Amino acid sequence: MELTINGTSHSVDLPDDMPLLWALRDGLNITSVKYGCGIAQCGACTVHIGGEAVRSCQVALADVWGEITTIEGLGTPDALHAIQAAWIDHQVAQCGYCQSGQIMQAADLLSRNPEPTDDDIDAAMSGNLCRCGTYPRIRTAVHAAASAMREV
Amino acid sequence: MGRARTIARRSFLIGSAAILGGVAFGAYFVTRPTPNPLLDGLAEGEAALTPFVKITPDGITLIVPRADVGQGIASTQAMLIADELDIDPATATLDPGQPHQAYFNATIAAESLPFPGWDHGFVASTVRDLMGHVARLTSSQFTGGSSSTADLHETLRLAGATARETLKAAAAARTGVPVADLRTENGHVVLPDGTRIPYTDLAAEAAAIEPITEVTLRPASQWTRLGKPHQRLDIVAKSTGTQDYGIDVVLLGMLHATVRTNPGRGGDIASYSADAALAMQGVRSVVEVNEGLAVIADNTWFAFKAAEALEVDWLAPDYPASSDEMWQALTDARSEEYRNSRLRDDGDVEAALNGATVIEAEYRSPFLAHAALEPLCATVLVEADGVQIWTATQVPAVVRDAAVEITGLDPAQVTLHVLPAGGSFGRRLDHDYVVQAIQIAATMRGTPIKTTWSREEDMTHDYPRPLHMAVGRGTVANGRVLAYDLDTISPSLVSSWFGRIFIVPPGPDTMLVWGAFDQPYAIPNYRVTGYAAPPMMPIGSWRSPGACSNSFFHESFLSELIHAAGADPLEERLRLIADADSRRVLEAVGEMSNWAGADIGPGRGRGIAFAHTHGVPVAEVIDVTMTERGIRIDEVWIAADCGTVLDPVNAKVQLTGAAIFGLGHAMNCELTYENHAVQQTNFHAFEGMRLHQTPLFHTQLLGLAERVRGLGEPATAPAAPALADAIFAATGRRPREMPFSKSVDFV
Repeated sequence: MELTINGTSHSVDLPDDMPLLWALRDGLNITSVKYGCGIAQCGACTVHIGGEAVRSCQVALADVWGEITTIEGLGTPDALHAIQAAWIDHQVAQCGYCQSGQIMQAADLLSRNPEPTDDDIDAAMSGNLCRCGTYPRIRTAVHAAASAMREV
Repeated sequence: MGRARTIARRSFLIGSAAILGGVAFGAYFVTRPTPNPLLDGLAEGEAALTPFVKITPDGITLIVPRADVGQGIASTQAMLIADELDIDPATATLDPGQPHQAYFNATIAAESLPFPGWDHGFVASTVRDLMGHVARLTSSQFTGGSSSTADLHETLRLAGATARETLKAAAAARTGVPVADLRTENGHVVLPDGTRIPYTDLAAEAAAIEPITEVTLRPASQWTRLGKPHQRLDIVAKSTGTQDYGIDVVLLGMLHATVRTNPGRGGDIASYSADAALAMQGVRSVVEVNEGLAVIADNTWFAFKAAEALEVDWLAPDYPASSDEMWQALTDARSEEYRNSRLRDDGDVEAALNGATVIEAEYRSPFLAHAALEPLCATVLVEADGVQIWTATQVPAVVRDAAVEITGLDPAQVTLHVLPAGGSFGRRLDHDYVVQAIQIAATMRGTPIKTTWSREEDMTHDYPRPLHMAVGRGTVANGRVLAYDLDTISPSLVSSWFGRIFIVPPGPDTMLVWGAFDQPYAIPNYRVTGYAAPPMMPIGSWRSPGACSNSFFHESFLSELIHAAGADPLEERLRLIADADSRRVLEAVGEMSNWAGADIGPGRGRGIAFAHTHGVPVAEVIDVTMTERGIRIDEVWIAADCGTVLDPVNAKVQLTGAAIFGLGHAMNCELTYENHAVQQTNFHAFEGMRLHQTPLFHTQLLGLAERVRGLGEPATAPAAPALADAIFAATGRRPREMPFSKSVDFV
């Protein structure tokens, strides 16, 4: 099976019904995609397929319908995406385990809604659980990223 | 665990008898220098100037022995060393090091003593100092109890200063320039003529001289990074997906495993069949481990599926089968037979209540899971001459001892790679998951195996926060609180946790009454009695243990009495408070929230609570609104005083995070039991706070207290009672049982 991840094609020999999460983590060693619950309740495994945020724990390999983007495809420490830069400026992370998923969800939101209100952010981001309680800074950083992206 | 070690621990652990034993060894034994573990295995040209600083020609490594579970302590430890050493900590390698006596934790041992955190008198201070020596002699190396900053802030700055002065001495010896004429800057010794010698260039010479330990610490006015806003060293990695956690270890040829254990924690197996599991794709083997079975497979998903396919006949454990039976057992334990402590007994409560109008109320707090977002995980490679362990743990020495016991290897053959944790909240003070991972890897020597618990396993096999209840009785007179009597009842956390990790210490269980007996109120007739209910399932430390329940009981009942007295909740607390630091945070939260002047409008409520835990007074005010969709938390004001603030950004992050943790669980969460098994198996039934429920926060750190304390936990305890108080103000009904969702709806 062929998967295109962050613009690169990967060949995997894994069962059709295996969740994309585990193919990425254990099959391809892309460990930025996190396992948190396995039932789409926490959002730690959020990646994009065809530009849309999905819970990779709920997508069977055979059902992957487009190109996959993980947080590495968004930006890297040397070439940060505006959302990552905002996350750093506002020091959002505590343990940080949920933050790849939070950032991928925020990227999906801002691609559809460049100027979200607090309510828009709540609606888009409340499926992403953070056990450390970084939520106040997630709100601030999404607004900051939205502002920075509008100025580009 | 070896016999000698066991005896040593039995001799020195917490309690008055143990302290006397420590003194008997004499001053030298107690205070002699701790060996430096970094000196073993140094290569030519490398220097380990203290147990915390290693300098080689290639770079500088800082040993940061307290585990980072999200509280940012790796950064804080590095900053403490770097500020005296004069290096940019971002250029250094951070290494948690190997477990060793040099990294003992004196503070956490002292906290377990039956003295309130605000008692700085001679007896309390002296016995705390003695406990510090006991901790060192027993190599107690823990991360927990918000103790890391308090415990290490001086040690790490001394380490940085020692390394700096030793490097200067080496430069002086090389150049003939007197030390007094040398200065240091950004990783270099600077000569009067401006010549800069890199520290890394001086390693070999510095290693050859005796470290300069007579050093003077810089005053706060000379700090470069400490005390000022700075970027956490892990923030870029945690914003780009490049932070590796324990669960992210990838090794060549690694296999994956998971466990399936008795739904009733601690119960045995009657029989099992692994046939169906073994027939599944990618399954290598099924092995027996502590508490159940494990599947080894080619990837985690194969292992999870095969674990579900195991056919097991479990035996029931020996604790009550249902939550109802457990509550009954707790209720029954409020009797002389189970009385464990009465560490607060001021005035004459019985006389004050006799004949008076007695106000009485009962409160309940449920079992709770830690549910760190990173499920429990450990990767282990067992070989003939050594074992390597990659995991996130708060008890590295305990993990090492377990590896020795399971593999039969020597302690020196155990290498521990402690990785950052995706949360913990106290869960990683236990090492059950690492024990299983070692047992699994020991069945397949030479192959690294990563053992990952499923979320369901993690949620249902926690060592949960214990259920806890309290009964308050009190009376008021002339607009004031006159008598306050609180009975607080829970299974003993100290017995359960210490019983697993070491041995059960003698004396009262202070954790059972933390957040109650130790509050700085001068109520004229004031009594707190702890009852240790019979053990149920094993339980654990959950962020602000003891106090996370007791503060809800204690502050709620105080608020009920103040309300009955017709007094103002803030003014009466200020009148009763007997500690200057605590008074200031109450005054501060009053000013921040405009307590006296606020007209918050109809359909709304404002609550207040205070707690003194982990040496830190914290006051919180909460505003709520009754909406058509339920209670909405609007704003939270938090004032605290941890003394000197080392990292002002992260300090405030800890305040809001701890409050959100306290609020989210108080609103939404409980574990309940049927047939001995936890009924909440995943986040659909146990989620804490989510973004749409998160209020606006205002925080203030006073920085006036004359000490340095940690903030991982202190803002947790007062959050629940402040919310309950606000709900009472808004609705006229006070929630007396957590989660509050049992009695009110939240937006």
